[in-house]
Amino acid sequence: MIKLESKIPEGHISEKWTNHKFNMKLVNPANKRKYTVIVVGTGLAGASAAATMGELGYNVLAFTYHDSARRAHSIAAQGGINASKNYQNDGDSTYRLFYDTVKGGDFRAREANVHRLAEVSGNIIDQCVAQGVPFAREYGGLLDNRSFGGAQVSRTFYARGQTGQQLLLGAFSALNRQVDKGTVKLFTRREMLDVVVIDGKAKGIVCRNLLTGEIEKYSAHAVCLATGGYANVYFLSTNAMNCNVTAAWRAHKRGALFANPCFTQIHPTCLPLHGESQSKLTLMSESLRNDGRVWVSKKKGDTRNPNDIPEEERDYYLERKYPSFGNLAPRDISSRSAKEVFDDGRGVKGGEAVYLDFKDAINRLGKKAIEERYGNLFEIYETITGENPYEVPMMIYPAPHYTMGGVWVDYNLMSTIPGLFVLGEANFSDHGANRLGASALMQGLADGYFVIPYTMGNYLASDKPSFEKTDHPEFEKVAIEVKELTNKLLSINGKRTVDDIHKQLGRIMWNKVGMARNEKGLREAITEIRELKDEFWKNVTIPGSGDDVNQTLERAGRLVDYFELGELMAKDALDRNESCGGHFREEYQFEDGEAKRDDENYTFVSAWEFAGDGKWNLHKEPLDFEYVKPAIRSYK
Amino acid sequence: MGWFFKFTNSSVGKKLVMAVTGSFLIIFLIVHLIGNITLFFGPDAFNGYVSALDVVKPLIRVVELVLLAAFVLHIYDGFVLWLENRRARPVNYKVNASSENSTFTSRWMFWLGSVIFIFLVLHLATFFWRFNFYDPSGLANNHLYFNIVVNFFQIWWYVALYIVAVIALGFHLHHGFQSVFQTFGWNHKKYFPLIKKIGTLYAIVMAVGFASMPIYFFFFYGGSQ
Amino acid sequence: MEEKNLKLKLKIWRQKNSKSVGSFVDYDVQVSPDASFLEMLDELNNSLEANGEEPIHFESDCREGICGTCGLVINGHPHGPLQKIATCQLHMRNFKDGETLWVEPFRAKAFPVIKDLMVDRSGFDKILEAGGYVSVNTGGAPDANLIPIPKDIASEAFDAAACIGCGACVAACKNASAMLFTSAKVSQYALLPQGQQERYRRVQKMIAVMDELGFGSCTNTYACEAECPKGISVTNIARMNRDFASAKFKSKEEVEV
Repeated sequence: MIKLESKIPEGHISEKWTNHKFNMKLVNPANKRKYTVIVVGTGLAGASAAATMGELGYNVLAFTYHDSARRAHSIAAQGGINASKNYQNDGDSTYRLFYDTVKGGDFRAREANVHRLAEVSGNIIDQCVAQGVPFAREYGGLLDNRSFGGAQVSRTFYARGQTGQQLLLGAFSALNRQVDKGTVKLFTRREMLDVVVIDGKAKGIVCRNLLTGEIEKYSAHAVCLATGGYANVYFLSTNAMNCNVTAAWRAHKRGALFANPCFTQIHPTCLPLHGESQSKLTLMSESLRNDGRVWVSKKKGDTRNPNDIPEEERDYYLERKYPSFGNLAPRDISSRSAKEVFDDGRGVKGGEAVYLDFKDAINRLGKKAIEERYGNLFEIYETITGENPYEVPMMIYPAPHYTMGGVWVDYNLMSTIPGLFVLGEANFSDHGANRLGASALMQGLADGYFVIPYTMGNYLASDKPSFEKTDHPEFEKVAIEVKELTNKLLSINGKRTVDDIHKQLGRIMWNKVGMARNEKGLREAITEIRELKDEFWKNVTIPGSGDDVNQTLERAGRLVDYFELGELMAKDALDRNESCGGHFREEYQFEDGEAKRDDENYTFVSAWEFAGDGKWNLHKEPLDFEYVKPAIRSYK
Repeated sequence: MGWFFKFTNSSVGKKLVMAVTGSFLIIFLIVHLIGNITLFFGPDAFNGYVSALDVVKPLIRVVELVLLAAFVLHIYDGFVLWLENRRARPVNYKVNASSENSTFTSRWMFWLGSVIFIFLVLHLATFFWRFNFYDPSGLANNHLYFNIVVNFFQIWWYVALYIVAVIALGFHLHHGFQSVFQTFGWNHKKYFPLIKKIGTLYAIVMAVGFASMPIYFFFFYGGSQ
Repeated sequence: MEEKNLKLKLKIWRQKNSKSVGSFVDYDVQVSPDASFLEMLDELNNSLEANGEEPIHFESDCREGICGTCGLVINGHPHGPLQKIATCQLHMRNFKDGETLWVEPFRAKAFPVIKDLMVDRSGFDKILEAGGYVSVNTGGAPDANLIPIPKDIASEAFDAAACIGCGACVAACKNASAMLFTSAKVSQYALLPQGQQERYRRVQKMIAVMDELGFGSCTNTYACEAECPKGISVTNIARMNRDFASAKFKSKEEVEV
């Protein structure tokens, strides 16, 4: 029987982490090299964790399915990274960042974790600067900040529109240094396909060598997953083509609980779809909403060109509904408002897009000022759409972007499988039901640089886990299961392609487990997902062999897990009879369409235990809001 | 000195050797052209210039040794780099669009250099050899050096080769001049465009300057003798 | 945005694996002008798979031009005929109806073909492992504002740091040289105060490894800069040349790799 122990340390919120750091056991420096730790994923969380543990002296094995650690999707984060440095003297503090993040997460995050995140946020900036990350600076040579994602203070550090890239390259450089020193052994082009659990503890992983097809076994004293989020369950998302849930999901099937899967973030400013062949969605920085005005026609199915629609026939719906925040309303609210106008048939030319218009800003500030602020974004837009946003309003579309849910972890970032730690977007802990802008980078690096190095030591020192060789029968057994799955996939020889089926799954998820959900739709989704899964196992085609590079096979393996995840997302959404953050249930809204949270009944984390095909047991971790009292999140 | 040869054997080291020797050759060509201009002022002027060099013969010999070293290193490293660079891409592209991303001169340096090399051998065999190893006794007054030049510049194929070679030299210098600065690390946003312009001007002056002599003697001087 | 589909003839390099001999295979496709180049390949692959044929293997990930995973040579241009974009940002409206497109992998001895259009660029990582970092352990960093950096220097360092490691510079260079890639990282740290402590050691180690891997040398054609999706400047190469010479003549220790 699984007991959820969040292991939140005692004491005042501001002292919990400090106390915990002191109370945790340490591994003697001379003994560290005797411990092997596996880190799967080399994004911000994985690379920083592997590098830091390598620096400490652990023997680290790092894995990525990319050709290089630098390709991880953290690289694509644009906006920035939050830190409560208060360099701008505008009243920021650790407590304010903590408060904003808990409130922004719609009171579904663990207070202690969030406070720790805020505490270490400043150290992250120090560390990155020391590594040579070229953050934006003032003429005086000090760091520049901007306000981001509706925050009332300027606490976001940035490196042009490529903050994620620069931070990842910083962590990657630290990782490279350890690879050169030999403390980290890096395995590229390896996809983790299972975790090996022996006597209830994580002892290693099984991966597929993507070049040779070989199934490889690696053992360690502990395993960390930093394998990102699962937004690609929607097929179309802003996630990279290869982002997937497989590592986390296979761990889930081995006993790690999966928390809050229905908390998904839909980003309001992405580029619109062009047609069926669309492979993914491209994010346009949210900063565009600082000067752009969002509108649609007041008429349904209006097919006129935007510049032909007169001012009085335009509906600036965000400004109308949220007069104080207007176009800067939080992500979930703007996305949902866009969906409302689509459903009303008032999207651009009856479709699923809304206008983001810079005409007024250009008239007010001049084209030059707008060019200075958004020049490169406008160029990107024009490259992709072929339209000039200085003359024709941009079209934007909401897109799945980030997943707040993930593998359940305790305060030490350990899952319900002892020895299996989960970091970054792959875990569930810090963002509650909604993530604020510029917080993902912060969390990834906090987990990797400043949390796991401590908590891993504590686990190794107090638990003293054994080291099992890869010829242990359990390793053999898991490897055979993985091989069998591969062979099974290759032997179906059906008619439909992997992408074709994945697109269909994506449509089900988008329509019924997307921005707004209702009981009927969710129940239908579960049935449809199961049917599609059955069809997949009967009718998918995967050309090529398993002993060679086979990208179709890779995608098929990932899709297998999306079916189960998709079903659980719908189940979780069905179970959560409230609307909060990225989860909006149509049945639970105020008359004006605002989300109706149910703090009395749903102030808990839903942690799902896998109990066989299509079955899950729900465990609840109650959440205490001792410091930030739940209140209605109003942006009116 | 082990470190030095390791350094000059590295890829960047070889490039620096090319640049150092190249810049020496660039300076040499200026001196060479200025000296040769005396050809236009008649036999006395030219013979006077050559005889003047004779006076400082030991110094000239030292300079010639340095020049020889420069040539040898420049040609040797150029050849080695060419070989290595070919090996760096064993399979070529089917479609090549290099004319859209780089200048012709930069891509043809080896072949332009090869033309210059062939010319150089001939040039040494004709002018250099004869100037230095002819028995000059009693002939100085008959404008020996000047006549050697004039005689060669009456041979059509020699003139043609000479002109082709100096055109190749011009193109070679057009890329080589700015390349020296880049390799030395002197590429500054403000000054580099100027350096490129000076390089082009220098290359044109050298090509036109050296080509003017055979042209002048073949077309305009030959008949008047 | 409904426009007429383009009809194109593709000549795509197919190669079973690193050991086999490859050749060009013809494909006729029809594609929306709004689709991206890679989406066109996706569609083609989808139809190949539906017929039970192996799809054309190529790599891509973020499809936003930042991860550096994609990279095809299209009609002789790494990342296609448009400047300052990665292959994934190339859209079909830039081609004409009826055009023939030759699609090849990046070609270099140091980038062996893995399959079809996939190449092995792990050499880049080896160069970075040799010294592409500032040696600071996590935890010991001083307050970020204790290291002031002039805005223009930070900006110049950023320009160098913007490299996405795609390998187009190597693919474009007639010598398959990795100088632009290597110099971008060397430059980033050479410009910043954080990079000074290891400045000479770093440049020597990185160049030594670069040389070992079989990349060619730089003959200053500047094709790399012209084809670089991020417009990394060759002034970085100049800076690295200078630093390398300074390092060799000034430093007292001989740096081995």
